[in-house]
Amino acid sequence: MTRYVIGRILQAIAVLWAAYTVAFAVLYLLPSNPVELQLAAAGVDPGSLPPGQLHAEEAKFGLDQPLIVQYFDHLGGFLHGNLGTSITQDIPVTQVIGNRIGSTLLLSLVAGVVALIAGTTLAYLATYVGVKPLRLFLSRLPAFGASLPAFLTGLLLIQFLSFKLDWLPASGQQGWQSLVMPAITISLITGSVLAQVLMRSFEEVMRQPYIITARAKGLSRGAVQLKHGLRNAALPAMTILGVIAGLTVTSSVVVETEFTRQGVGSLTQQAVSTQDIPVVLAIVMLAATLFVVINLIVDLLYPILDPRISHYPKAA
Amino acid sequence: MTVDISGASDESAVLSALPPLQRPDEVRASRHVESGRYGNLRAGLAQLARKPIFIIALLYVLFVIVSAIFPSWFSTGQPYATFPTDVMQPPSLHHLFGTDEIGRDLWTRVLYGSALTIKATITAVAIGLVAGLSFGVVSGFYGGWVDALIMRIVDTLLAIPALLFALAIITSVGYGTIPVALAVGLGVIPGFARTTRAEVLRVKTQPFVEAARASGASWMRVLVRHILPNSWGPVAVLAVLDAGVVIIAIASLSFLGFGAPPPASEWGTLISDGRDFLVTSWWLSLLPGLFVAVLVLSLNHISKTLQELER
Repeated sequence: MTRYVIGRILQAIAVLWAAYTVAFAVLYLLPSNPVELQLAAAGVDPGSLPPGQLHAEEAKFGLDQPLIVQYFDHLGGFLHGNLGTSITQDIPVTQVIGNRIGSTLLLSLVAGVVALIAGTTLAYLATYVGVKPLRLFLSRLPAFGASLPAFLTGLLLIQFLSFKLDWLPASGQQGWQSLVMPAITISLITGSVLAQVLMRSFEEVMRQPYIITARAKGLSRGAVQLKHGLRNAALPAMTILGVIAGLTVTSSVVVETEFTRQGVGSLTQQAVSTQDIPVVLAIVMLAATLFVVINLIVDLLYPILDPRISHYPKAA
Repeated sequence: MTVDISGASDESAVLSALPPLQRPDEVRASRHVESGRYGNLRAGLAQLARKPIFIIALLYVLFVIVSAIFPSWFSTGQPYATFPTDVMQPPSLHHLFGTDEIGRDLWTRVLYGSALTIKATITAVAIGLVAGLSFGVVSGFYGGWVDALIMRIVDTLLAIPALLFALAIITSVGYGTIPVALAVGLGVIPGFARTTRAEVLRVKTQPFVEAARASGASWMRVLVRHILPNSWGPVAVLAVLDAGVVIIAIASLSFLGFGAPPPASEWGTLISDGRDFLVTSWWLSLLPGLFVAVLVLSLNHISKTLQELER
């Protein structure tokens, strides 16, 4: 067991290091000079500056160093919690992200809870309902929800709930009202994905002999599905928690931009459009870490929650 | 036994030659087996023709592709032509999707925007398909350390959410239709590689592969003639499904402002531009948005139907 835990942790660290290397390669190897772009954006022709000044600007962000030195500098910094300096704002990246992350965390949590409740309820109902057309309708809903683009859902909500009915604010982040529409937009996607996996899992579980035993004891169908079905069906669904977290992060980029919220998602959009490379690198690594850590926790918990599976799972 | 193959009576001739226990529909069933892969294909197509929603979805996808190549077939106007007297008109027979703030016909702009978005989608799916298929085949076929290495790379790429990976690439390469297509295409490689690998591993252990090897076929021949034709099914289903995912990603990126520069009318750009007028002119954003959503839904439905057919 200890060997399994240590092995999984080492594997997670290796994946994170590799993800850092890939992200660094994409952002620093490809042709672009962020300092020159900054100067151009400020209306200064980089060619007109004395070469010394350009060099000094580059040195401030370590861009004059050979790539391999920059790579290890950044990697060392990341390990010490120093994510570099934002090129556009000239303050530490940790501070830039720290100012914004609260809003995104709150939104993600609310969206996560909504997705969990709605997705589970839908999957439960689609399995429980006996009327065939209704059952078919419910089981097709998640595929529909998952294929609606986030920008369209958000626009439809704004159009009806803000402009037509005037119930909710169309933008900003004051009060709980401003959370409703962004949270629905994100959870429509994540909840649909969750419901799809849960439905497939329910289908499998409800055929098991212990379900028939529970029914034979005299429990009602609903109670069997809730007590014996849901618990077992939820286990395979846990393996997609990492994917759901990733989807939440990516949809928050669109949703926060759409609802003009000041979060990490809209920060991503701004950082990409101003080519603030250290900020983009930090956000990519934040998302990768979230994905890897969630998968690690699920992998470590799985043998405890489901003792049937071996502690030394076969290589997938 | 001689059978008259020219006349219409051949079926009855065969029937009379058969033992009386076999009914006509059984004869037909056994013919499908005899005619092999193409017989199955024909049976599958017949099954699909009976699914009305599938047909509608397929027709819509074909319409979008054709209108992307020949937009002038479906619209008489020009995408940048303005109608100064028809500014901000709601949808009507004259302007199917209405007009925008300077009087451009939105329907025409959506169709001309299709060209950009469909080109980007096809490029992205092609990148994912070709690279993913190659990696998957090499990984599943050779096994060993090559497999281990490729799968670790795939794990790594899966750890970075695809849209963020695309955004990172756009940060260094710049904006435009082609960078967006490239960025999204790279992001779908891992999925294709995984599916292909799993299929190749499954097919590799089948008896007919062993039989082909035993009868002297080279590994290369086995791979091309026996493994690939039998493993492309799920990969094709994934390609259709991923086309939908790719369209959402491309439209999202142009919605965020990283697509082709104005006045080009990529779908995401149209939707994003229309947001400023949402209060008064809802059609500017919502109609192009629905156009995209219906396309993605159609692709998902096609992929799901094909998947059910394969089982």
